Amino acid sequence: MAVCIAVIAKENYPLYIRSVPVQNELKFHYTVHTTLDVVEEKISAVGKAMADQRELYLGLLYPTEDYKVYPSHMIKNMAVTNSKVKFVIVVDSSNTSLRDNEIRSMFRKLHNSFTDVMCNPFYNPGDTIQSKAFDSMVSAMMVQAS
Amino acid sequence: METHEETPIIYTMENKPIVTCAGDQSLFTSLYTSLAQQLPKEPMEWRRSYGRAPKMIHLEANFVQFKEELLPKDGNRALLTFPFLHIYWTDCCDTEMYKASVKDDMLRWQSTLRLHGSVDWLIVVVESEAKKKNKTNILPRTSIVDKIRNDFCNKQSDRCVVLSDPLKESSRSQDSWSSFLTKLRTLLLMSFTKNLGRFEDDMRTLREKRTEPGWSFCDYFMVQEELAFVFEMLQQFEDALVQYDELDALFTQYVLNFGAGDGANWLGSFCAPVKRWSGLLLRRPIDMEKRELIQRSEASLLDLRSYLFSRQCTLLIFLQRPWEVTQRALELLHNCVQELRLLEVSVVQGALDCWVFLSCLEVLHRIEGCCDRAQLEANCSHTVGLWTYATEKLKSLGYLCGLVAEKGPTSEDLNRTVDLLAGLGEERPETVNSLQSPYKKLNEALSSVEAFEKHYLELSHAAMEMYRTIGRMRSSRLIGKSLAEFYMKKGVPERAEGFLDDSLRSYVAEGWSLQVTHTRKQMAECQKLLQQTEDYLQTSALLAGDANLTEEERRHFCQEILTFASQPPAPSDQTVALSMAAFAQLRQMQFSPPGAVVHVGAALQLELRVRCLMPVAVQVEQLAATLHFSLEQGGARGRAGSTQRRTGQGPQGQGDGVVLFPHGSPLAGAGLGAPLPPALELYEMQDRSPSDSSLNSTGVVCKNMHLLLRRHDSSASLDTPTAGALPAAVAVDDGAQMLRARDITLQPGDNSILFTAPTGEPGSYTLRQLCGSVGRVQFVQSHIYPVVQYEVYSQEPQLTIEPLSDNLLAGIPQKVKFTIATGHYSVKKGDALQLSNTDSMPILHSSCCSATILSSTGERVGERALSVQSSEKVTSISLPPTPPYHTLEFQLEVLCHIPPTPFKPDIEHLTNGEVRHRPKSHSHADSGMINIDQKVSIDCPWSIYSTLISLTFYVPFKAKHSILSAGKRKYIQVCLQNVSDTNFHLADPVLTERQPTIPVELLSLNAKTQQTVCCQQSVFCLWEMRWVKHLPLCLQCAFSASFAPVSASDAHTSFKPYRYEFQLDRVSTLYSLKAEILPPSGDQHCRTGALCGLEVSITRQAEPSETEGEEEESTEIEGLRTTKLMYEVVDNSSNWAVCGKSSGVVSMPVAASATHRVQMEVMPLFAGHLPFPNIKVFKYLPHSAVPAIQPDTDSCLENDTMSLLDKGLDDQGDTASIRSRGSVHSVGSGEQQREQQRGLPMPRLEPFSPGQVFYWSQGRQVLVLPVTDDHVMEVNVT
Repeated sequence: MAVCIAVIAKENYPLYIRSVPVQNELKFHYTVHTTLDVVEEKISAVGKAMADQRELYLGLLYPTEDYKVYPSHMIKNMAVTNSKVKFVIVVDSSNTSLRDNEIRSMFRKLHNSFTDVMCNPFYNPGDTIQSKAFDSMVSAMMVQAS
Repeated sequence: METHEETPIIYTMENKPIVTCAGDQSLFTSLYTSLAQQLPKEPMEWRRSYGRAPKMIHLEANFVQFKEELLPKDGNRALLTFPFLHIYWTDCCDTEMYKASVKDDMLRWQSTLRLHGSVDWLIVVVESEAKKKNKTNILPRTSIVDKIRNDFCNKQSDRCVVLSDPLKESSRSQDSWSSFLTKLRTLLLMSFTKNLGRFEDDMRTLREKRTEPGWSFCDYFMVQEELAFVFEMLQQFEDALVQYDELDALFTQYVLNFGAGDGANWLGSFCAPVKRWSGLLLRRPIDMEKRELIQRSEASLLDLRSYLFSRQCTLLIFLQRPWEVTQRALELLHNCVQELRLLEVSVVQGALDCWVFLSCLEVLHRIEGCCDRAQLEANCSHTVGLWTYATEKLKSLGYLCGLVAEKGPTSEDLNRTVDLLAGLGEERPETVNSLQSPYKKLNEALSSVEAFEKHYLELSHAAMEMYRTIGRMRSSRLIGKSLAEFYMKKGVPERAEGFLDDSLRSYVAEGWSLQVTHTRKQMAECQKLLQQTEDYLQTSALLAGDANLTEEERRHFCQEILTFASQPPAPSDQTVALSMAAFAQLRQMQFSPPGAVVHVGAALQLELRVRCLMPVAVQVEQLAATLHFSLEQGGARGRAGSTQRRTGQGPQGQGDGVVLFPHGSPLAGAGLGAPLPPALELYEMQDRSPSDSSLNSTGVVCKNMHLLLRRHDSSASLDTPTAGALPAAVAVDDGAQMLRARDITLQPGDNSILFTAPTGEPGSYTLRQLCGSVGRVQFVQSHIYPVVQYEVYSQEPQLTIEPLSDNLLAGIPQKVKFTIATGHYSVKKGDALQLSNTDSMPILHSSCCSATILSSTGERVGERALSVQSSEKVTSISLPPTPPYHTLEFQLEVLCHIPPTPFKPDIEHLTNGEVRHRPKSHSHADSGMINIDQKVSIDCPWSIYSTLISLTFYVPFKAKHSILSAGKRKYIQVCLQNVSDTNFHLADPVLTERQPTIPVELLSLNAKTQQTVCCQQSVFCLWEMRWVKHLPLCLQCAFSASFAPVSASDAHTSFKPYRYEFQLDRVSTLYSLKAEILPPSGDQHCRTGALCGLEVSITRQAEPSETEGEEEESTEIEGLRTTKLMYEVVDNSSNWAVCGKSSGVVSMPVAASATHRVQMEVMPLFAGHLPFPNIKVFKYLPHSAVPAIQPDTDSCLENDTMSLLDKGLDDQGDTASIRSRGSVHSVGSGEQQREQQRGLPMPRLEPFSPGQVFYWSQGRQVLVLPVTDDHVMEVNVT
């Protein structure tokens, strides 16, 4: 389904990034990194209205010729702190059968899994994610495509 | 807007619904202008089918002359040419004429309409007053209108309208105009609704047939587009757009289905190889060429998409939504590329790029054409995507056609270019004359290397600029980076450098390691070309340690450095300083000894753990750390201060001399997250008051607050130096002290390097820089954080003497510990401590004395014998040779003699003084332990001054004496209290007379010669005094005993003497006092409440000796020497009430056995065995006598002479008051008495010394019976 899945910290460094065609890894990194521009723009534009929404899906923000990049971001504990962790799912744009709500459910899964990672007392917020559970969940989302 | 010449009717936006006009053409022509003006003036509400919202529309119409050809034939569904309404105009007012010609004409018109099934018609009869007047034969009753209605409008009378005097400015004319127009509009709308409804139904039916084999999308397209045209004609652009969007969606779905394997036949035409890629054409409202292609089912996918988009674009621009155009354009372009891929349409390589490039520019041009500059600038975010896309495509075209290569295009490239240009076709006529058309741009760009560069740079810069304006820095940098790649390809590295550097910085700042590695590799290439040796080496170093690279690449970059390093240095250039961070990471430093505080000259080693990041072992010629030396915390502060500071090392310093370096921060180069904030470094802070070091406040201080709270700028916070950003302070100053290690091989991974730290001078040394030299290359770490420092101190030699136990006890040998901290002084052979002896504290030297030598870390180094030699004045302790900064410890026994005399107030005072200085000896000071300060003066070999050390000894015993009498016999009791915490054996208590002028025998009544005195317990000893003639007036005694601690092993030697001297005065008994209580006469016992007699007899026991006589005041009355005594009966326990007089003065003859009896009456207040009331006797001295009251401190008779004075002794008869308690003296009365004493001479009372008066009846008791109860209780019973 997805070709690249990335979790990006508030400070915009990658907490987790994985892509399926390994030879294109660098390209995905560039793409995901550049997407942050649009995400930031969107977040700052939507601003406060965003906080009320439960769904933080930003929609297709950064389409390219080859890929569709769906970013989403997360506000954890909305009342207290914004973790401002961003999720990015890159989908091959030749994969036309993918519906919007499927992307949403992927994000939901990703979000839940990320929450589990955060709940791990041995996980230091801000560290790169090395959880096996998270990794296998991501793999599952990617394998479905091929 | 350009119109197409050949097809004039449709396709301009001046299209209006067609209304035909029949009848009187000249009449219509005269009215046409006002009609065309008036019709759109007022809007009409258009109610529509299928629940669509009603709309207000302004109707317009295109009035054309009625022709039969205009009427649509069957099956022609063209809506644009469809006449929606047919009007017949006539101004006939003459019946004859009507009958003659007009009616026939109308009938013909009607039948034609009916033939074509058109029911939308209207007959307008224009009436004019002028015309009426001309005619005379007007039928008054039936007008022409009525006739027409009768003839034509069977049930539709509204199909005939009268327009009266249309050309006149009258109210009637206006009314008829407006009703006519309303009618016209209503009919038009009705016609629209009906005809469009029918059309839509047909269209839907057609769409439903799409699964049937013969169905063609193109046909359907033309049908639905017709509808769109009508909506457009009616200015309903929104609805028109919906039609196109529906077509778009339908087509897209077909393509997707095709991709899913469900192909439709008609799609075959779209799968044909793409032959033309001329891009979008948005300058015309309708691109007829493409439309015709579609109509003929010959359009390619790109043609269809282009046409569809051009229509959508046109409508969107009508709708004032240009930014949607750009967004849709980008979607379209992406989508087309995908669809072509999906349909597996064969496309010449680069053709799509051309198409996309042209299309992007065309859209941008179109947008520019309809917006002003300010609007464009404000909406960069919408257009920038297209700019970028165009840039990308041009770039890939450039690469494809060999326009980027350094050598220029090959012939193959040129062929390809020609093919691509051929596919563009001829330039469109619209843009032939414009200079900047997309077509021209592409043509030009592909024609030469220079032109390509110009256009590419132009586009890139424009896109970057736009991104920068809207704050999308990352996107901007990405373009910059591809620009850099372009420059590198072109062989212009100097231009590439800036872009690469910019990108690299941002990737480093945000911690994207793969990008960092990739960009850094490009940077290295660039720097190598630019021959920026230092920067190149720095980048190489970073790359060599980069885990993202392959081993081989890392080796390559490492080799680059090593090769450079091994080159013989040219005389001109110096060594190259690179950042250590890329080369190796500091892991930890460990001091040995761990305290990192050493004395001058001591060995201090520093173990440095370094993780070498290089892929191969590197031979480092020298690894040196410069030291910053400062005196501020130098040795003067000594050890205590520095260790205290050390313990507060925080999270890095772990107390055992290990300094850990945080992992994260220095390795951003290797890719891990640089933006991790540093950990909090918290320290405990205690604020103690300087005077008594009590805690005032305590808290936690964060020491790296400046790091945590600083602003996080994206650009400024680059901690790790990228290439060329090495601080200038790298220059190593050679003069400073250094830690050095030479010729080390650093293996990849962890290495351990041992340094020997210089400890030459006292002070604090801080590690500042670390520098590793490899040939010409130096790796420098300019700051070592956290701070690593060690301290070297210098110490003065110091001698302390302290007791081994809590308290030193006087009288018995006590051990004291001598501690010599040698400091910088080295004790040589022959050095000795000279202790000046004092008599009161000899030093007991035993032969088996040995000294322990400890090193500065508290390690035991050795033990040496110590020789102590005493001469008369000096005890000399020769010290064993001891190296500096060692501690010499030995113990000596000292003895402090107990001073024999009971300490009088001056010593007491000393005690008090000592207490103030030494609050620690609390308990003993409280318990009244007497202490003795012994000052010892010691001459130390390292100093010309004597050291004066004070030792405090505590006397373990406290002695008290008292004299006891039994008639004339006398006893001396000594109470010895052990006030120390030690148990003692007490032996041989002896009481002797010191100056035996008159021999007095002291007979010991003590049974044991040795007994144990436990701590805080007392021992009493008793002696009887025996004398021959008489007792001396003053007796000086000395009590002595030997004591030894119970724990002492050697009982004999350790017994030490204790001596207590005291003096006894006036010991012999002068008077004896006997009291007798007599029950009332006739009664055998005393009873409560009954008066009893108290008989006191005072008997003179002995004649006073000569010496005593002097003291006693005697008077000669009638030849008899008498002395006056005062007696007093006091009952302190309220048992007795003294009735009558309680005191009185008697004169005693100075003769032995002279007796005086006094009778008094007392009354017992309680029953039982009552003790006798106290009877006291005083010397009664006349006023002339000099007062000589010196109350003996040891006296057991505590008398207050004063209290008696206020009783008015002259008035004896009045003292018969009941005095139960002697509590009447107050301060005021006391002062009064003193005044009396001073003012008028008064008789005085003086108490006797203890022992001078013997009370026979002391402690006697008398039985008092309770009185028989003779009270009668009367009880009356009624």
